[in-house]
Amino acid sequence: MFKPSIHLLNKEIRENNFKGALSIMTFFLFLPALIIMFWLFIKGLPVLSLDFLLQDPIRGMTAGGIFPTIVGTFWLVIISVLVSCPLGVLAALYLSEYAADGRTTRIIRLAILNLAGVPSIVHALFGLGAFVLFLRMGTSILAASFTLAVMNLPVIITSTLESLKAVPHSFREASWNVGASKLQTIRHIVLPNSFPGILTGLVFAVGRSAGETAAILFTGVAFYLPFLPQSVFDQCMSLSMHLFTISTQVVGVPEAYPYATALVLILLILSINSISVLLRSYFRTRRKW
Amino acid sequence: MIKKKFEIKNLTVGYNKKTVIHDLNLDIYQNEVLAIIGPANSGKSSLLRCLNRMTDFNTEVNVSGTVLLDGENIYEDEDSTFLRRRVGMVSPLPVGLPMTIKENVTYAPRMAGCKDQRELDFIMEDCLKKAALWDEVKDRLNGLATKLSGGQQQRLTIARALSHHPEVLCLDEFSIAIDPVTTMKIESVLHELKKSITIVMVTNVISQAKRLGDRTAMMLNGKILDLDQNDKIFGGHTKDSRTKDYIEGLFG
Amino acid sequence: MEMKATETAPLAMEWRQKKSTKPKSERFFEGLIKAGGYSSIVLIGAILFFILKESFPFLVGAFDFKNFFFSTNWNPASVNNVSYGILALIVGTLCVTCLSMLIAVPLGLATAFYISEFCSPRLRETYKILIEFLAAIPSVVWGFVAIMMINPMIIKTFNVPIGLNILNASIILALMSLPLIVSVGEDALRAVPDTYREAAEALGATRWEVATRVLLPAAKNGLLAAALLGVGRALGETMAVLMATGHSIQIPKSFFDPARTLTATIAAELGESPKGGEHYQALFAIGLVLFIISLIVNVTADHLIRGRKK
Repeated sequence: MFKPSIHLLNKEIRENNFKGALSIMTFFLFLPALIIMFWLFIKGLPVLSLDFLLQDPIRGMTAGGIFPTIVGTFWLVIISVLVSCPLGVLAALYLSEYAADGRTTRIIRLAILNLAGVPSIVHALFGLGAFVLFLRMGTSILAASFTLAVMNLPVIITSTLESLKAVPHSFREASWNVGASKLQTIRHIVLPNSFPGILTGLVFAVGRSAGETAAILFTGVAFYLPFLPQSVFDQCMSLSMHLFTISTQVVGVPEAYPYATALVLILLILSINSISVLLRSYFRTRRKW
Repeated sequence: MIKKKFEIKNLTVGYNKKTVIHDLNLDIYQNEVLAIIGPANSGKSSLLRCLNRMTDFNTEVNVSGTVLLDGENIYEDEDSTFLRRRVGMVSPLPVGLPMTIKENVTYAPRMAGCKDQRELDFIMEDCLKKAALWDEVKDRLNGLATKLSGGQQQRLTIARALSHHPEVLCLDEFSIAIDPVTTMKIESVLHELKKSITIVMVTNVISQAKRLGDRTAMMLNGKILDLDQNDKIFGGHTKDSRTKDYIEGLFG
Repeated sequence: MEMKATETAPLAMEWRQKKSTKPKSERFFEGLIKAGGYSSIVLIGAILFFILKESFPFLVGAFDFKNFFFSTNWNPASVNNVSYGILALIVGTLCVTCLSMLIAVPLGLATAFYISEFCSPRLRETYKILIEFLAAIPSVVWGFVAIMMINPMIIKTFNVPIGLNILNASIILALMSLPLIVSVGEDALRAVPDTYREAAEALGATRWEVATRVLLPAAKNGLLAAALLGVGRALGETMAVLMATGHSIQIPKSFFDPARTLTATIAAELGESPKGGEHYQALFAIGLVLFIISLIVNVTADHLIRGRKK
């Protein structure tokens, strides 16, 4: 009968220890996320109600609800995506369909990478210098949305690029072969078939920008506004900023309020992300090739 | 005198720095079937891609020399989409575009600006019949083309290539991904087609060149070793002994 | 040009005869696409330009290289003793970043190892969803967690007066940069061809040996890049750090001291500094420093990843 030597046994024990240690570590890594979620639910849920969502904050933000912040976040996110989506898709189209793999492409890729890596507070400074002051938008929804759009651009470019590359090259060749131009091929072959991926990436970017705070800090978001924004040139409140304000700047806020605000913010982002996940699986079942 | 459809003069093609076609000269006559044989990497496909300027889409390719189609240099035109309507191409692997069968076959005319539904329907039926596919798909014209079998997709590819009524049809190893029965079907389709158009086919199957070709060219290392009537090439009267060796299966 | 359609076509086929030239609309859209392609370069340039523009008067005026980088005295609002020394802020940033990376890099890379090499596919999917969830938590919520959760925990565990300090911010930053480190690290490991693993296993190597002697060297650059991107993320984080570090501009003496980072300083003071004033310009100069650091970190990480692909 085969009898493992001591050496081999040691090896096996070490191997199991190794695997066990890694799995425990990984588990502990994700534990905080679960705990945080649980804890926000426990503390925030009692306050969370339709009234909380649909009322204005009152008495110096120590009572009432968070309605204007939700409206503000909505404005910011929608306008920023309206700006960054076309630009991001165009940029990805250029990289995947037009650019040769040369020096320029390399520089563009580096620029995208750096754009993604620039700290959000530096984006805020840029937004202040470029949109608020230079383009004279003032501190407004427009300026804040543009700043968010610049931040989102690399995210959208990267995800769009991935979906464009997932369309087989042979489809493009087949289309060119029968006399379709490059642009017709993009319009009739590439875009329709990468649309699901582009949309998924876009929704994901929306979720990301809904939670952003630093980038909109000086460009268009107010601590407190007694009215809802009437146009894109008004300032607005935002959910993320409101959480910052009531948890650090205002005294006398009932303890549950910031919890409930954080919970709403997280749930909002999670539901946007789930839409993205659902879209992905929905389109997967309807794949055409 | 037989009319020359293509005149290729001093054609040199390079990928990056590697030259794949060296100073090649070749005439292709109207309504003939020219078969091009040769081992892998001998430049056959590159030659074919030069005929409808598919090389435009790869920035790493350099093409020099002249290619005349009906006496006009095709590389002088700024826009090459018109050329591709005149010179159709069938790629080695079948490609059903991810749309319906009907949309696949009418894709080329639609892209060229044809909006007349009657005309599109006629083209679709005509081309599918020519490609020997009509009977198999006439009941599911609105089904996805990507759901067809490989052999059907290859015939669809041919139908699509015929839909813009090319004067020249280039086929690049059309039979490598399909079964023998479909291959025979397509071969008989080509037999019909050669009455009206010029066919240039690259093939690895020597018997196919023998069956279908009027003339056969043997390529090796980016040059044409031999080019002659089929009875000469396959009758053992080759100019270069390597052609004979290749045909007899000694290398390649 | 003489054109012949094939005989079998009885229809007019006007479209077939039309010699195409690129229509104007097509040129327009291709121009648009090209412009879009260059937009990222333009934007990076614009960021640099506008930050330089706003900080320019300071850089040519009150800016003193030695004082700016080597003085710990950041006192921009003082009436008679104005000083712009960012050393304490740099040290604060470094402390928080280093400590957080000490936690996050080993943990993140080990997790990447586990997920890419040992997990069953189903467990991997679960973990990936959790990673996405972790990455989706916005920084302001992390800041909130720092204040409400980690803060009392630190006070209780270590018996210190305040829990808003370097340790707190490092824990938060570690958690925040983990998703990035794990996913980039996993990509690096997955990029190692399976033939390497199979060859090593065929020679009788255990998985531990495969991991340490084959995968680690093969994926070295990618793992390094993962760590570096984590550093970049931690350096640039603003809101969470602002909320977690406490407010104290000083060279910290221990991990339980509060500190202030470069990013947090901008976020905290820009709103109060008068537009166009020297203080305001100095904050833009800090932004410039951050911009340059992030540029260096990202270019290096990209270089490492590209080196691996070659």
